[in-house]
Amino acid sequence: MSTADPQAPTKSPEAPTELPPVKRRNAELTLICVTIVITMAAIAVSGLNLDGQIPGAMWGYGLTFGAMALATHVALRFIAPYADPLILPCALFLNGIGVAMIWRLDAAESGDIEHAGVGMQLIWTAIGMVLCIALLFFLREPRVLQRYTYISALSAIILIALPMLPVIGISEYGARRWIGFAGFTLQPSEFAKIALVVFLSSYLVTKRQVLSLAARQVKIGPVKIMELPRARDFMPMVVGWVAAIGLLVITKDLGSSLLLFGTFLGMLYVATQRSSWVVIGLTVFIAAAAVAFQLFWHFEQRVNIWFNAFDQEVYDALGGSMQLVQGQIGMAYGGLFGTGMGGGQAHKIFAADSDFILASLAEELGLTGLMAILVVIFILVQRGMRIALASRELFIKMLASGLAFVMCFQVFVVLGGLVRIIPLTGMTTPFLAAGGSALMASWLMIGLLLRMSDNARRPAPQAIQDEGATQVIRR
Amino acid sequence: MNTPIRRLAIFSMLLFAALMLQTTWLQGFHAEAIKDDPLNGRQYTERLTEPRGPIEIAGEAVAYSEDISEDDEQPRYQRVYEGGGLYTPIVGSFRSYGASGIESTENSLLDGSDDQLAVRNFRDVLTGREPEGANVQLTIDPAVQEAGYNGFIDQGKNGAAVAIDPGSGAILGAVSYPSYDANDVSSVTDQEESNDNWVELEQDENKPLLNRAFQERYPPGSTFKVVTAAAAIEHLGATQDSTMDAPDVLELGKPLPNATPGGTCNDGDPDTLAHSIQISCNTSLANWAIEVGGDKLHEQAVGFGFQPEAEAESQDLEVPLSVVPSLAPNEGEDRNILGRAGIGQSNVESSPLQMAMVSAGIANSGEVMHPYLVDSVRDSDMSVVTQASPEPYSQATSASTAQTLTEMMTLVTQEGGSGTNAAIPGMEVAGKTGTAETGGDQGTHNWFIGFAPADDPQIAVAVVIEHGGGSGNENAAPIARQMMEAVVL
Repeated sequence: MSTADPQAPTKSPEAPTELPPVKRRNAELTLICVTIVITMAAIAVSGLNLDGQIPGAMWGYGLTFGAMALATHVALRFIAPYADPLILPCALFLNGIGVAMIWRLDAAESGDIEHAGVGMQLIWTAIGMVLCIALLFFLREPRVLQRYTYISALSAIILIALPMLPVIGISEYGARRWIGFAGFTLQPSEFAKIALVVFLSSYLVTKRQVLSLAARQVKIGPVKIMELPRARDFMPMVVGWVAAIGLLVITKDLGSSLLLFGTFLGMLYVATQRSSWVVIGLTVFIAAAAVAFQLFWHFEQRVNIWFNAFDQEVYDALGGSMQLVQGQIGMAYGGLFGTGMGGGQAHKIFAADSDFILASLAEELGLTGLMAILVVIFILVQRGMRIALASRELFIKMLASGLAFVMCFQVFVVLGGLVRIIPLTGMTTPFLAAGGSALMASWLMIGLLLRMSDNARRPAPQAIQDEGATQVIRR
Repeated sequence: MNTPIRRLAIFSMLLFAALMLQTTWLQGFHAEAIKDDPLNGRQYTERLTEPRGPIEIAGEAVAYSEDISEDDEQPRYQRVYEGGGLYTPIVGSFRSYGASGIESTENSLLDGSDDQLAVRNFRDVLTGREPEGANVQLTIDPAVQEAGYNGFIDQGKNGAAVAIDPGSGAILGAVSYPSYDANDVSSVTDQEESNDNWVELEQDENKPLLNRAFQERYPPGSTFKVVTAAAAIEHLGATQDSTMDAPDVLELGKPLPNATPGGTCNDGDPDTLAHSIQISCNTSLANWAIEVGGDKLHEQAVGFGFQPEAEAESQDLEVPLSVVPSLAPNEGEDRNILGRAGIGQSNVESSPLQMAMVSAGIANSGEVMHPYLVDSVRDSDMSVVTQASPEPYSQATSASTAQTLTEMMTLVTQEGGSGTNAAIPGMEVAGKTGTAETGGDQGTHNWFIGFAPADDPQIAVAVVIEHGGGSGNENAAPIARQMMEAVVL
């Protein structure tokens, strides 16, 4: 580990990280056109496989989606012309493939190709895009969010706590992560992620110097392993840990708990550059999870499913491994090249269009298709990291890397559970999964990333006069 | 702050790498194992949507697929079985998580995936026709099968019966009782009930799932005496009139009595081979076995199809249902064991099919034909894919030995013989009864093997009643007669 002084000046002495002030909006347009074609082709192939003819939905949904995508692109040209040109096409690609898959699942399930729909997915997409554009329009300087440290903390807590409330809280499939009113259901933890990242960014930026003070070094022989923080600085860690475990125990939602705590650790590391925090955090989280495993049957079953999914007894149990096994069988049938959209039996798996949409895609597009999707998500994540590097302000660096890491870790939790790297937990995949909350939250995150990249890449305005006293204002 | 951000980016990359590696393993390398897992119900649902070829007996389909879908649904097929439990041991059942019988052994032909149907299927793809499974015709004669099955129903005792056409080896009947109705375990509309029924059958102590005709071994008792007699004729040059000591009790470690009326064969005097077979004399045949010796007796049994001692030579018989090997180990010169082996006890154990092959071999001038169940396979256009051709299995005895044995066995069903219940008016029937001690107190196994007509054999049978507790003549011979009558009358 480098011994860089945590109190180093804002600007790193490293290699230049700034992004060139290039717009490349036409490149973005080209990529968006490709994603529209891919979406339409996916719907067309589904229809051909299911019904033997190209469905009307290819035009209906494909063109609607395309128009929305192009509208967003045009808005971007005006509101954030220097925004990273890769982010929007990547988001649209995932969103479009998701819409096509949801249509294909509905078509197979209803058996009615003519009237198969995508539920609210396209409407949520439109709302998400509008939110994204509105955010780009109104939030010219994301740094203002730094002022709302404790408001964002409060909203994160409220959003997380909402499903626990009586009446509106909904517990389903062994986890309490929805709220419902007037026929609508929301998954507030999707938005809590963003609020949490905003809070952590502003909080940790102010506290990073204290938190990175080392009390003593842990050494094995002459090798320095890590530096332990001071005992009195443990408070944020304790709060984060208690919150995560409390969330885990009360909502039984291991996925959200893992995601939020993982984000916390990741951002704490970025702020302090102290790996000791990560080690301490992981240790106490795993210890608490192990205790939960002993105390709560629910977690014991989760772990049992993780290790013995293909056991007949585990498979047959209520809330057992059936869904996971069916998903993996689907993936096995997908093989390297997949069954083709509509050619598989993805629709027979529970939650095939939401939590298990990656399994559905893996079955029908094969390992090849899944890899392509993963690479696109990975590009999105790495663009986020790149924005963090290119930005000057610490708060923005934290915010960008935090959002990117949330996206990355969320995909890891979902797909990692599906392929049994970690226990399976219910969670949506960004942009792909059906569900309004997830889509809106994802588009808000994209809005933030676009805004930050626009600011980071925009060329500094030329001094109006070359009189030395004139202040250069960066907008 | 850029260093930790870079590290976080690298960590993100590692997370994705882990996902990609694990997914590659799952979809690329582990996929086949997952597909083979019994939890994979798709193996079955996939087969549901394609019509399976029928299994036919005497031109009538006894297992066929019926389209049960509603008008505008995708086709869905239900397997339907005829005959209740009559044909189940042979035809088998096609269930959610497995198949048995011909349904299993001929699966690739029935579902159309077999390479032999590749050209046909390719043509179907070109002409846009739905590929169909092949049609499997069995050698079973329904009259023989019914006669045997009904005989067991009448008696209500467990057991098995096998009938073979001696000249070709075609299996005319293979009864195993109790049986079950395959329709009960193969419903696709009520799979839960099907599974429950299957579990119930698995737990039934009468073992209805066991195909006793091919998969169970019983001590053959006195029916094995024809093998001993064959060895005596072949290797010692014995004739029908050759005599052998036939005391009322023979000391073989423990005393071996006779089971003949009065406990005597020839009032304690040496008895002729023909008479010993006719009345089923224990002591003389035990002495013949000792005289023949372990090597020769074993060799003779192997000639009829018993499992050879040298494992390298042993190959499990498939008809195409697999048949459990029958045992007649080489007992060397151990007099006590050898004597009892000569009358089908001690370590001798035979499947019902094997004893039918003994009977058929004698009927076919000493040549045992390879038994088979599948007569022909035809594709959906009824053009022949495969047609069975009779193949010799082994040469058990010379034709003259077989002739001698036939003559002696004919005496069994005649006045004064031990198997008069198998006699058919108007013709000579060759036979041999058997009553095998089972060691426990559950009663003896009752056997009858034979063929008819003796001078021009059309059908050879073996019947065994499990723990029938009576004699072969009482329990087994009537069933054997009915099965033979179904062909010869």
